[in-house]
Amino acid sequence: MVEIELDGKKVEVLEGSMVMHAAEKAGTYIPHFCYHKKLSIAANCRMCLVDVEKAPKPMPACATPVTQGMVVRTQTDKAIKAQKSVMEFLLINHPLDCPICDQGGECQLQDLAVGYGGSASRYEEEKRVVFHKDVGPLISMEEMSRCIHCTRCVRFGQEIAGAMELGMSHRGEHSEIESFVGATVDSELSGNMVDICPVGALTNKPFRYSARTWELSRRKSVSPHDATGANLIVQVKNHRVMRVVPLENEAINECWLADRDRYSYEALNSDQRLTAPMLKQGGEWKTVDWQTALEYVANGLQQVKNTHGAHAIGTLASPHSTAEELYLAANLTRALGSQNIDSRLRAADFFHEGGVRWLGTSIAALSELQRTLVIGANLRKDHPLLAQRIRQAARKGGQVNALNAVASDWAMPVAHSLLTDASHWVQALADIAAAISTHTGVLAPVAGNAEQPQAQAIAKSLMGGERKAILLGNAAAHHARASSLLALANWIGTQTGATVGFLGEAANTVGAQLVGALPVANGMNAGQMLQAGALKAVLLLNNEPEFDTADGAAARAALSGADMVVTLSPFKTNLDISDVLLPISPFTETAGTFVNTEGRAQSFHGVVRPLGETRPAWKVLRVLGSMLGLPGFDQETLEQVREQALPQDVAARLSNACSAWIDVNPVPGQPASASIYQLDGLVRRAASLQQTADAKGGA
Amino acid sequence: MNVHQVLSQFQAQGLETCFHDRHINSQIYAGLNGRNWSLKEYEARGGYQALRKILGKDGGEGLTQDQVIATVKESGLRGRGGAGFPTGLKWSFMPRQFPGQKYLVCNSDEGEPGTCKDRDILQFNPHIVIEGMAIAAYAMGISVGYNYIHGEIFQTYERFEEALEEARAAGYLGNHIMGSGFNFQLHAAHGFGAYICGEETALLESLEGKKGQPRFKPPFPASFGLYGKPTTINNTETFAAVPWIIRNGGQAYLECGKPNNGGTKIFSISGDVERPGNYEIPMGTPFAKLLELAGGVRKGRQLKAVIPGGSSAPVLPANIMMDITMDYDAISKAGSMLGSGAVIVMDDTRCMVKSLQRLSYFYQHESCGQCTPCREGTGWLWRMVDRIENGQGRESDLALLDNVAENIMGRTICALGDAAAMPVRGMLKHFRHEFEHHITHKTCMVPAYV
Repeated sequence: MVEIELDGKKVEVLEGSMVMHAAEKAGTYIPHFCYHKKLSIAANCRMCLVDVEKAPKPMPACATPVTQGMVVRTQTDKAIKAQKSVMEFLLINHPLDCPICDQGGECQLQDLAVGYGGSASRYEEEKRVVFHKDVGPLISMEEMSRCIHCTRCVRFGQEIAGAMELGMSHRGEHSEIESFVGATVDSELSGNMVDICPVGALTNKPFRYSARTWELSRRKSVSPHDATGANLIVQVKNHRVMRVVPLENEAINECWLADRDRYSYEALNSDQRLTAPMLKQGGEWKTVDWQTALEYVANGLQQVKNTHGAHAIGTLASPHSTAEELYLAANLTRALGSQNIDSRLRAADFFHEGGVRWLGTSIAALSELQRTLVIGANLRKDHPLLAQRIRQAARKGGQVNALNAVASDWAMPVAHSLLTDASHWVQALADIAAAISTHTGVLAPVAGNAEQPQAQAIAKSLMGGERKAILLGNAAAHHARASSLLALANWIGTQTGATVGFLGEAANTVGAQLVGALPVANGMNAGQMLQAGALKAVLLLNNEPEFDTADGAAARAALSGADMVVTLSPFKTNLDISDVLLPISPFTETAGTFVNTEGRAQSFHGVVRPLGETRPAWKVLRVLGSMLGLPGFDQETLEQVREQALPQDVAARLSNACSAWIDVNPVPGQPASASIYQLDGLVRRAASLQQTADAKGGA
Repeated sequence: MNVHQVLSQFQAQGLETCFHDRHINSQIYAGLNGRNWSLKEYEARGGYQALRKILGKDGGEGLTQDQVIATVKESGLRGRGGAGFPTGLKWSFMPRQFPGQKYLVCNSDEGEPGTCKDRDILQFNPHIVIEGMAIAAYAMGISVGYNYIHGEIFQTYERFEEALEEARAAGYLGNHIMGSGFNFQLHAAHGFGAYICGEETALLESLEGKKGQPRFKPPFPASFGLYGKPTTINNTETFAAVPWIIRNGGQAYLECGKPNNGGTKIFSISGDVERPGNYEIPMGTPFAKLLELAGGVRKGRQLKAVIPGGSSAPVLPANIMMDITMDYDAISKAGSMLGSGAVIVMDDTRCMVKSLQRLSYFYQHESCGQCTPCREGTGWLWRMVDRIENGQGRESDLALLDNVAENIMGRTICALGDAAAMPVRGMLKHFRHEFEHHITHKTCMVPAYV
């Protein structure tokens, strides 16, 4: 530790820290633009110049390492004069028209200009004009004259997103931030560049000029998409979600969001929203009131139960639903006498031993991994923020290995890749196990080819280093031999000291298991329920079988044969297969809980009131239960549901143990895995996301 | 005309610039005639004897690394690129025990307006640089070196490559140099003409294949240089001075010049003199003597001002210049700097406003754009001077000009900001009346030049 004096206060910071870090610790604000705690230091804006004793010139706080006994003053004439002169330079070519700038009111330059800028400009020469650029549907670069060349966006691309999609071309005052000759910015994390841009140069394209920052109320929420559980601030105006930005949480998303989390809100305001219950009568959809709709459903369920037995009723729930919804959906199904409830809609192997499958380690730990083996994942597109963590680990020298069907660009160095068709993954993993076995002398659980070169290289990588993890992606989780893969991964984990876990597909993949939204005893799993003729009455909670199941066409065909299909969804969907549509709240219009892949339960409130006749799904399910006269539906508040749904000790329930028999024989068919912007109903309807290269290319 | 013909019009020829008998005690340019650059002829002039000496190949015991550095320290050799940092001291900063790769870099990115000394060294005496670098590499335990040559002198680059081939073939470069255990691989690289790539860390970035933009220091190249490895960077002329020092001893070199300013220095004299060119003279020679060597002011006119150290140095008026000696300390005391040794002489027909307009244009054109004061400030300076020159000046402009220059100085990542500001402040300090005249009368006070 090094002690320095900052404005007369003693501050202790780690050796190698910069003056800026000491100031942050001491709570002293030093004005800055280019410095960002998550990015490398550029020291190019010069706004943070401070007075360091014995230094003849003012020094940039962000790039001046502390030394024992250093005396720093941030308020002396020398410092203030330097900062004011830098502010003047920044402003001479910056348009002084804040009232018509989209960033107005949330602009660092504007804020600091109040403190450090002059009241009038001394610059009377011609101002610079920079041509606008089109970098795709998410980021607007319409007003590049506003750019102050801090290069935060450039460094973000290089360091966090892993691909340098923006750079500073040209020289001197002609310097411009631009992409490579007309290319678009296609990173799945691109929206963060808008957040870190201190001025109005990069702005949020869908949001642009739709509201002023001071008109927006800010409400906390949790992302309903992938299993990261990124924390959100949802910005609301007149009961309409206008924008989503990250809520900083160092343990989860840090200060970042995936574009999926940020831009999916557009679907909330789409014209595909279902705003009133609907019934199909004589092939025609009719809007009805809730009472009619619910009575219809209750009668239908009762009738099917009476004619075909309770086992002909089943519920397919989306793992993007809240824990409370999933709990009530499971309860309703079970109270009707059926065990047919499942949320593993894209899975092919449903072997389950009661443990709740999870990441196997904390999300934060991913940034520190020295050895990683990722099995069956489109890492970067399926799990943008977890991939970002693993990228940081790779930047620190960690080795990332992959077992995958095809080589895809993860925007990070991959040490060794074992590429083979998904049907051979179990064998490939067995080869790695065999190669490890030759090192440890412990007999591998199944025979494998220890001589396979990539398997050997991966084995060698996993045998070295500390802090290791084996991570199973969506394709591994949905693989027809998922349990074989897990069992083998567990053996390798034990041998190498690596944690084993699932990256997790959806916001509540873990939560759904915790609240029992999967069949036990003689219940049918999602695969069985979607067999033709298996069910007569089906509840579809928040999903579209055509897109959300392992085999969409087959699912549709099977459901067409049912007597009654009830869709609970925020959207007008499943029109051809359903008989009833019940409008339920998306995550912004209801309170609820998501349990993320590391087993962290995060509850949130609704941020806007439900649209039209929409109702929170937990209320709909509760009323339906009561209407059917079933026990266990007397909760009055969501908190009561939550208390019943979630165990006190979540951690105790998490386990990836797997005693399945390992079957190395190849299986035909490919594991189901949604592309980045087809993951759930919300992203599918987010207009801007659907314009991206990733959406068009099916990444 | 094809591309090469067009380009050849702009290529420096170097002829007549250093082959004359008006050097004093010349060491680097001694005996050159423009044709005798080859290895054989260099050896005939005593070349590679210094390298043989330190490796003990001429009967002696050879020199240890410490002895070489001590000799260079004793010589008082200071960096010839502009900053004048003591070379021996810089070499001693190199972490010799660092286990990984270390690099030696020669900065031949001679972009300072008015400077053409390194071009002539590389073109007409390339082996002296190779030998100097080999000695430096030996002293610091470095096995790989690069010579980064300015991008607008391709012929010189090609000449240096030829010389490298000769040296490799003769065993002065490569593994086990002259049968010793010393290995040194030297490569040439050329830039593409950006002035900023003469700044040592921008040069390293460019050498790494990136955009030439200076790095923030610390860390200094001695600990984090090329490819993040310890690196020592010296100017071409600095390396060229080393063989003489090793052959003749540090004391002899120091005695050549004056205390703390050892040796000879090459001055590139341009502007209003009869015989512009490169002049190698001992440090501490009076400016009056140098001017005399260069044939005096053109057409017998009056000396008005001199920029003594390349375009970045503040201008000094004639009366000050005629009283000073040409060495780091004396020029610094007079309020300017020796810099790269480019002496720009201006006679009484020169308009200082127009001169500054040209200088300021250069800096705004060459600013890399990385940090704020330089990116924004250099353009502001130029526009104001440009306006004054064109009769659009305002009375408030001079105070503003001085203040903007002051605001740039000392607040940038590299020295380009200072380099752009110093000429402005120097001009305003010594020739304010010319600017005032331009503003009041909307015209120039000096007669149009002939």
